[in-house]
Amino acid sequence: MAEAEQVKVLRFWASPWSFRVELALKLKGVPHEKVEEDLANKSPLLLASNPIHKKIPVLLHNGKAIPESLIILEYIDETWTDNPILPKAPHERGMARFWSRFIDDKCVGACWMSCWTEGETQQMFMEQARACLRILDDELGGRRFFGGESIGLVDISASFFALWLGVLQEVAGISLINGEEFPNLCRWIEGFVASDVVTECLPPRDKLLAVFQSKKQAILATKSMVY
Amino acid sequence: MAEVKLLGKWPCPYVLRARVALQLKKVEYEYLEEELGGKSELLLKSNPVHKKIPVLIHRGRPLCESLIIVQYIDEAWLAAPSLLPASAHDRAFHRFWAAYFDDKLSPLLTRLRNGERGRANEEAAEGVKLLEEAFVRLSEGKGFFGGDEIGYLDITIGCHLGWIRVTERLMGFKLIEEAKVPGLAGWAERFCAHEAVQGIMPETEKLMEIFQLAQIHMKRSKR
Repeated sequence: MAEAEQVKVLRFWASPWSFRVELALKLKGVPHEKVEEDLANKSPLLLASNPIHKKIPVLLHNGKAIPESLIILEYIDETWTDNPILPKAPHERGMARFWSRFIDDKCVGACWMSCWTEGETQQMFMEQARACLRILDDELGGRRFFGGESIGLVDISASFFALWLGVLQEVAGISLINGEEFPNLCRWIEGFVASDVVTECLPPRDKLLAVFQSKKQAILATKSMVY
Repeated sequence: MAEVKLLGKWPCPYVLRARVALQLKKVEYEYLEEELGGKSELLLKSNPVHKKIPVLIHRGRPLCESLIIVQYIDEAWLAAPSLLPASAHDRAFHRFWAAYFDDKLSPLLTRLRNGERGRANEEAAEGVKLLEEAFVRLSEGKGFFGGDEIGYLDITIGCHLGWIRVTERLMGFKLIEEAKVPGLAGWAERFCAHEAVQGIMPETEKLMEIFQLAQIHMKRSKR
């Protein structure tokens, strides 16, 4: 009999990045232990597992540490091959990676900065954010998920929009994501958050709202998204 | 119509990544040189989101972003050499260091080329030291990050060697110095001498010229 696998996730309950990892493990039915980190007082395990960036999430698989959420997602897909989250065909895989990077490199940052800046700077970020959301909305089109009929890499990467963006725009008092401008995305959000696996993993909205309300002043001062 | 096309600009290290990967896999391709300072219709149509090179077009389907293109080349042409290692854990390592180079070191090199000094110098030295450690660990005594042959991480970093040399000249300071980072120093020579790289890697002199022209152009447009 194979030795029992040890899978741990160093995580923060409110983080959309560690949510990605937990969702992927859940989709694949991989039992794992969640190790909650106090980001103001990072554990020796976290600092040893991710000495370069010192950030969550980190996946620990039989003692081996893998940091960075998108890298972890690919690792999970390659290690546990049931319910694949990346497509099979090389071009489709390339496109899934492209959209995940687009979300991380352009969309999330623009949405985040839209919440915490003012005046002309805010207008600039909001235009950028809207342009990104429009591109994603067009890319999704009439499909149920970015991954087609089932949740895939891009859906997992886009989970920030499914819950966190709505919470942040409420805290910041702005409106970015709305059904009129982004009908496909809003339909996707409804379907995504309603799916069983996602419901089991998502942090409670009211708790998330409360934590961002309480951190608002600190975030306004630094604009930092760092976990 | 060529089955594989690559849109690029010769000074661009990201384009070089795609070219080296194609050369390693012995894939025939048509290289389409974009005008410096311009963007062709084909580029704008193939990469409407970022409007940047490189773009790989295979059987009419475009793909953008250099590291995504390199992974695609590895997955679409399965002949040896494999660009990414076999184990999922090693693959994660290569991806991690590739992301580190692109997200941390490459922007730092740009800042250094644009004249930033002081703390930037220290950060660069620290970054290079980390790469040296990564090289020693991943190469396991062999010639490349990928082992016996050039792989994903070699391509990621190696294709920037021309611009690293330009940066060193502008700084008057060697970043990859044999005395400090012997592993990387040896690796850099082997990479540049590799048959898949020689002949397509732009000469440092020419990159220096392009850089200086761009600086002049920038200063003029600020007046």
